[in-house]
Parts: sequence; C-alpha cells; structure tokens
Amino acid sequence: MSSRNSILKSIRAQLLPAAERPDLNRDWLRYPDPWAQFQTQLAGVGGQAVRVANMEEVTASLALRPEFVAAKEIVSTVPGIAGNIDLESVQDPHALETTEWAILPAQFAVAENGAVWVTDQCVKHRVIYFLTQHLVLVLPAGEIVHNMHEAYARVTLGESSLGLFMSGPSKTADIEQSLVIGAHGPRSLTVFCVGD
Amino acid sequence: MPTVGLFIPCYVDQLYPQVGMATVQLLEENGYQVEFPTEQTCCGQPMANTGCTEQARPLAERFLQIFGGYDYVVAPSGSCVAMVRCHYDEYLEDRPGFAELKAKTYELCEFLVDVANVTRIDRAFPHRVGLHQSCHGLRELRLGRASELMKPDYGKAQQLLTLMDGLTLATLARADECCGFGGTFAVAEEAVSSMMGEDRIHDHETAGAEVMTANDMSCLMHLQGLIRRQRKPLRVMHVAEILAGRSV
Amino acid sequence: MNHAALAEDFIKDKPRAKWHDETLWFVRSKRDKAASALPEWETLRECAAQIKAHTVANLAHYLEQFESQATKRGAVVHWAKDAAEHNQIVLSLLQSRGARRLVKSKSMLTEECHLNPFLERNGIEVVDTDLGEWIVQLAGEPPSHIVLPAIHKKKEDVGRIFHEHLGTDEGATDPNYLAEAARGKLREKFVQADAGLTGVNFAIAETGGIVVCTNEGNADLGVSLPALHIASMGIEKLLPRAEDLGVFLRLLARSATGQPITSYTSHFHGPRPGAELHIVLVDNGRSDILGSEEFRRSLSCIRCGACMNTCPVYRRSGGHSYQTSVPGPIGSILAPSRDPKTYASLPSACSLCGSCTDVCPVKIDIHHQLLTWRRELNVLGLLPRSKRWGMQGMSYVFRHPRLYQWAGKLARLIVPRLPRFLLYNRFNAWGRQRELPEFPRQSFREQYEARRHEQQK
Repeated sequence: MSSRNSILKSIRAQLLPAAERPDLNRDWLRYPDPWAQFQTQLAGVGGQAVRVANMEEVTASLALRPEFVAAKEIVSTVPGIAGNIDLESVQDPHALETTEWAILPAQFAVAENGAVWVTDQCVKHRVIYFLTQHLVLVLPAGEIVHNMHEAYARVTLGESSLGLFMSGPSKTADIEQSLVIGAHGPRSLTVFCVGD
Repeated sequence: MPTVGLFIPCYVDQLYPQVGMATVQLLEENGYQVEFPTEQTCCGQPMANTGCTEQARPLAERFLQIFGGYDYVVAPSGSCVAMVRCHYDEYLEDRPGFAELKAKTYELCEFLVDVANVTRIDRAFPHRVGLHQSCHGLRELRLGRASELMKPDYGKAQQLLTLMDGLTLATLARADECCGFGGTFAVAEEAVSSMMGEDRIHDHETAGAEVMTANDMSCLMHLQGLIRRQRKPLRVMHVAEILAGRSV
Repeated sequence: MNHAALAEDFIKDKPRAKWHDETLWFVRSKRDKAASALPEWETLRECAAQIKAHTVANLAHYLEQFESQATKRGAVVHWAKDAAEHNQIVLSLLQSRGARRLVKSKSMLTEECHLNPFLERNGIEVVDTDLGEWIVQLAGEPPSHIVLPAIHKKKEDVGRIFHEHLGTDEGATDPNYLAEAARGKLREKFVQADAGLTGVNFAIAETGGIVVCTNEGNADLGVSLPALHIASMGIEKLLPRAEDLGVFLRLLARSATGQPITSYTSHFHGPRPGAELHIVLVDNGRSDILGSEEFRRSLSCIRCGACMNTCPVYRRSGGHSYQTSVPGPIGSILAPSRDPKTYASLPSACSLCGSCTDVCPVKIDIHHQLLTWRRELNVLGLLPRSKRWGMQGMSYVFRHPRLYQWAGKLARLIVPRLPRFLLYNRFNAWGRQRELPEFPRQSFREQYEARRHEQQK
C-alpha cells in the first residue's frame, strides 16, 4: 500500500467526535482612522508610510534620499517612476542581486498591522521584492482594509503563485534579542499611497 | 444555620494548625456552623499529580463519603479544592452526590466573597502585603484573573484583603508566576524549584512587601523554607490568618 | 535522558540562567501587550481552537482536498509515513535534479526528521538561512527554541562563532555588525543555491496553497531564485479555508514574539513559471496521536512557542534540557508520544502552573495533558520506583485515619528534636536550599478538639 493510502487509512480508522467550524462573521476590530493606524503600525516595524497626491510627488520624495540618488541599479515597474533596469528584459533573476532600489506595485494595505498585499502577478521575477536593498511600494489611495479578516475576504488566493503580506523591511532579533533592520531582505520599506 | 464541612489539607492539619483555626474563626463569625469530620485525611492530590491515580481513587471515594452530607465544604486551599472540582471526575463521575459535592466545595476566599457575601472586615492590618497567586486557585478555580488572559481584572483574595484597614497590596513585577512548589516537583526538580522560589521572593522584596500571603499554604511552605534558609525578614502568613486578624 | 539533571546543570551558571529567564519573560510580556491591543483576543483563541478541532475531525477529507487543489496549481504532493521516508523523498528530489546546495528556512519538522545530517551524509550542502538557525548550525548545536533558535546565545557567543566561521573581527559583539556580516554571507548562499526548502506554517485545503511566515525574508529568497522549492509539512498544519487564515495570522506572531504580524507572510500556490514546487506531507506518528482522546488536541499546535516563553521551568532550564526538536510544555506532550521511555521525565518537568494553557492561541489544555501523561507513564511502568512506592505508602497511610494521625504525631514529636546533620544531608533534597517547616506541638485537629472540649464545659 502506498504511504498516501496507509496514512489516509490510519486517519480514517480513528473515531473522532464531530466538531463544527465556527462562524467567522463577527464584528472584528475596526479603526476610526485606518490610514493613521497603518502608518503607526508600519513605523513601529521600521517602515515608512507616505501619502502623496501623485507620482511626481513620489519621484520628488525619492530624490530627497541620498542613497536613491546615488543608486546605480533601480528597477521600477510602476508607471510614472523611472528606473534604469527593465525587469522584463532580465532573463536570469540571479542578475538582480545587485539591485539597489526597486519600486513595485502593491494592492492594498491592512490597517491592523501595517502590512500591504503584493503578488507576483505583475512582475517577471518575484525575487526582486526580496533581493533589492531598498524597497518602495506604491498603493492607490483608499485601498486599505481594517483587519486581516477583511484582507482575506479581499484577496483571491491562488490567483498568483506568490501572494504575500509584507509588513516593514526585513528584520531579525536573533542576536540577543537586539532588533536589526535589514536582515536578509530589503533594508528599508517605504509605502507611498498615491491619490486622494 | 447552614453547616460547613471543614476540609483541612493534610499538611495544614499537621504543620500549620493556625491556618485551620483562623479558617474556623472566619466561617463562624460569618454565621456558619462548622464541623470538622475527623475521618478526613487527604484529597489524594499528591498521588494523582504523580500519575498514581489508582492510589488517589480510594481517597476520592472517602472524600465523597465523608463530605457528601454538608451544605458546604470549605478549605483554606485552592489546590485541594481544584482537585475535588476539576480532577475528581475520573474517579467519581456519575456517582450519586458527586455533582452536588462539586457544586458546594469552595476555597475559603471564594466562599467568603461568593456565598457569605463579605463586604466588610472591621480589622486593621497596616502592612504592605505581597499577594502570591497560587496557580491552582488562579487557573483552575479562577479565583482571580490570570495575567495571560485578556479579560477584566478581578481577584477574590484581593477583594477581601483590601477591605482591611491600612493594608496595601504590593505591585509585583510578575503578577502570577508560579512559586515552584508543584508537589513532588519541589524535590524531583529541586534546582528549578528553588530558583523559581527565590525569584518570587526577590520580586516581593523589590516591591516592598513586608508580608507575603497566598491561598495555599503549600506555596508558602516552600517560599518560607527559602526565606528562613536565607534569613530574610520577609514574613509569611496565609490569607486566612490575615483576614482573621492575626498579627504579623 | 533526565530533565532534572540537565536543568540542574543549566542553573549552575546562575547569572546566565537568570539572563535566559529574563530574556524569555520579556518575550512573554511583549505577547501580553500585543494581545491586549485586540479586544477580541479570547474570541480569536476560541475560534482557532474550534477550527483546529474541526480540521482534525475531518483530516482525511481536507488532506485529499488539499492534494487535489495543490496538484491543480502545478505542485507535486508527496506523502511520507515517517521521518526516514521524508528524508529519502527530499534527497531523491535533490539528486534527480543534480542539486548539491540547499538553502533551508526554519522547519521544526525537518529538525524532528533529522534531515540536515542525513542530507549532509549524502553529499548535500545544507545552509539554514534563518539567522538564529544558522548561528546554531555553525555552532554545531540544535536550536533551543522553536521560534528563537539561538535565544540561549549571548552576543559574545555569536561574535565568537562568527569570528571562527565568517572571519568577523575578534571580540566583535555589535548585533548590527554581526547581522550585516551574516547578510552578506547568506545572500551569497541564496544566489548559489540549487534548491530551497521551507517548512509550512499553514496549508489551505480549499486552495491548495501553503503559507510561510518569516521576519527575515529568508524563505522567499531561498525559493525565488533556485528552480526547485520543496516544502515539508506535518499533516496537522492544514486549515480548511482561506478565511481561517484571518484568525490564525492574527494570533500567530502576537503569541510568538508580540508582533502583530511577521514581516513576510507568503502564500505559495503552485510553482512560479519555469520552476517546481514539491510539497511533502509527513505523518511520523501524527495519525497515532489523532486516535488518542487525551492527546489529540496537541495536534492543534501552530508552533508559536508562547508556551515556552511563559513556562517558568523552560525559562530556567533552557531548550536543550528537553533533548527533543520541540521542547518546553508542548514538546513534553509530543516527545513522550513518540518515545515514552526516553522522555519519561518530561511530563514531570512541570509544576502544573497552567500558564501554558492560558497563553496557547489554540487553547490546547497543555498542563492537563502533561498530568495525563504522568498517569500513562505509570501505566506503562515508566514511573521511577521511588515515586511509586512513596505514593503507595502515602495512600495507605491516608486510607487509615488513625495511622495518619499517629504518623503525624510521631513526626511532630521527633523531627524538632533531631540534630541538623540528620535532617539536612544529601538524602534530603528539600533541605538543599530550604529549611523544613517548623513542626508544631499540636496538629490542627488536636487544637480544634481541645477547643471543642473547652466550649462544651
């Protein structure tokens, strides 16, 4: 008998008491000012959330950062923000190892925990979200939910091979519980919320 | 007048008679007729906690037989009462009188608050008191809110102690960490047990407690043992003794 | 193994034991703070407990649904009865694709299966990319905590390990400097890897997807560059629907480290274009536990580590004193399930305080199961003789009230008169650091009886 069948047989042989799924339709916590909550949460995990009116303001904001200005390899898949590496023409994702800045789209924000939902649907190489030294995510204004229940109601899992909630830059506290921002993934995360 | 069957833990009977006497006083002054059935010995917890359930079984049966007839059964011990209410099911389930016994067996503070409705204690105890939250009373009987749970705060021992004149409660750094007694744990895992006890004592000292108290004399026996060995000035009294007006 | 002896060793370095205790207590207090920010915290716990109970009660159905959905997405699902089969499946996948260099994100299941030494014996270079896991890998030790693998290491220790293996400055202890060195080295490993292996925090039956949570992004880096992603998963990690994740993702990181969510919560559905995703479903004794009415609920565990952080014994004895891949309170239920003889001391490495049960996000009755294990071990004949005889003796005395009274009277008569050297010696474990209680002249019942006499006069 295959392991599959013997495992399933072993499980089915057990007499288990029935247990109902609970009803998850409840009044989960919502915030009076979800954007403010999102900003506070993201700042708390070492990220930054900035509200702007348009793409020009994003460019202007980035131009104020010396590391961005000095950067030699910038990937952008967001229309209106210029990069100097065309992600679509990169054949081997390993070549992205030297990317310094990546400006990429995000779908919506979650107020509860400062997370944003991103997928690999619109990027040729999803590793760019993690390999870049600095990450900038661009969100349309108003695309925010209060909590994770609303978030899961909004996403369609399985549409993309990777969908993730990203909350802040990479970090670790594995060395005597000292927080270090920028573990293996991006050292910084800035989320721009664009529009009214 | 309702009768209370007095249930005195074996170690209180043999080693801390003053706690039993204080319990009697508190019950009588609140209008209860107290009887101490002399056939009682032990609830069986040490056996059950060591996995020797067959050695605990006859003691559970004795307990039902001895205490079944009273209106209430009260003990100055959270862990012994937890044994009856939470762990006797495997020995006595469906036995006539058992469901009633569970419903009428109380730890002393919860009895005074929930049944006797004590709202005044005209006594003074002008000292800073560190309340050690004995684990079984806290997490099995829910005599107070455990710090792990996100629920409104309450505590029956606190409620009674703060009725006393001049008594202030010390604010501990770890409100309800275990003292490390744990029954045979105290001996089988002696190093961890003693370190846990030392840490509790240190917390009470840092919080400025003059007197350490608890619902369970077993916790206090272990803590007092450490205190005495280190010749520390921290005094130890069971809640019953404080409420009954004993001096430090 | 004997937990008490290992714990005693750990405590010999008292300042270090205190530091370990305080560090983990701090993680517990961060958990409290995060949990208190959600008024619905206790409701979430109750929902999570019910979802897991429902899943476990319908496990075969959900496993089949998961397999079907995952396969539709292009993943390949393998089934492993035990650790050996799991390890062989992973090795075969690597060998058949000519993969020699593997990067791994944290997976307690692979620790349980002892995957690393097996792969290394077969010529595979394995790099644990979670920083804490990498630290202990370099040090040649197992992790001591399931979420904070190197929690027992001070920055001086890490500095020494990195100096030896990475060539960082001797005596360096600054976490930023050390983490930066690790970043550089590990990014090299990501880029050179032939394959990436992850664990699975949650799997969704309805969609055939798997969820992996990290703070470092190491799982994503590990599987987004190489063409092969292997995901090792215990069969109990399943959840029925996507919406169930709303409950669990609100509980997991808050319980584990006091964060509202980890930096990366990645949902993988099938491989990315041009790559492969293989999911290995592992039983390794889980279906046996399923059949146990007393211990079934331990399968709800989402491996958050909150029980370890809150356990006063774990904090003062360290994860290594349990000698098992998952230590602490939940580990003291799981390990005896696999090997009761070796792990007979674990259910007694516990004062039954119940704190673990109250922090558990899925409301496993951990301390009650530990108590039940003590009974099981007795039934299996694995209780130490001294405990058994002691309890038989005590029970006899307690069944005979007059014998009990006489024994007490005798003790109260004799003990206060014994010289110290007879009372306090190596036979008296109580007396190592504690004084015995004072033995009063009269017992309570004698005093009460005397008072009754007085009142009757």
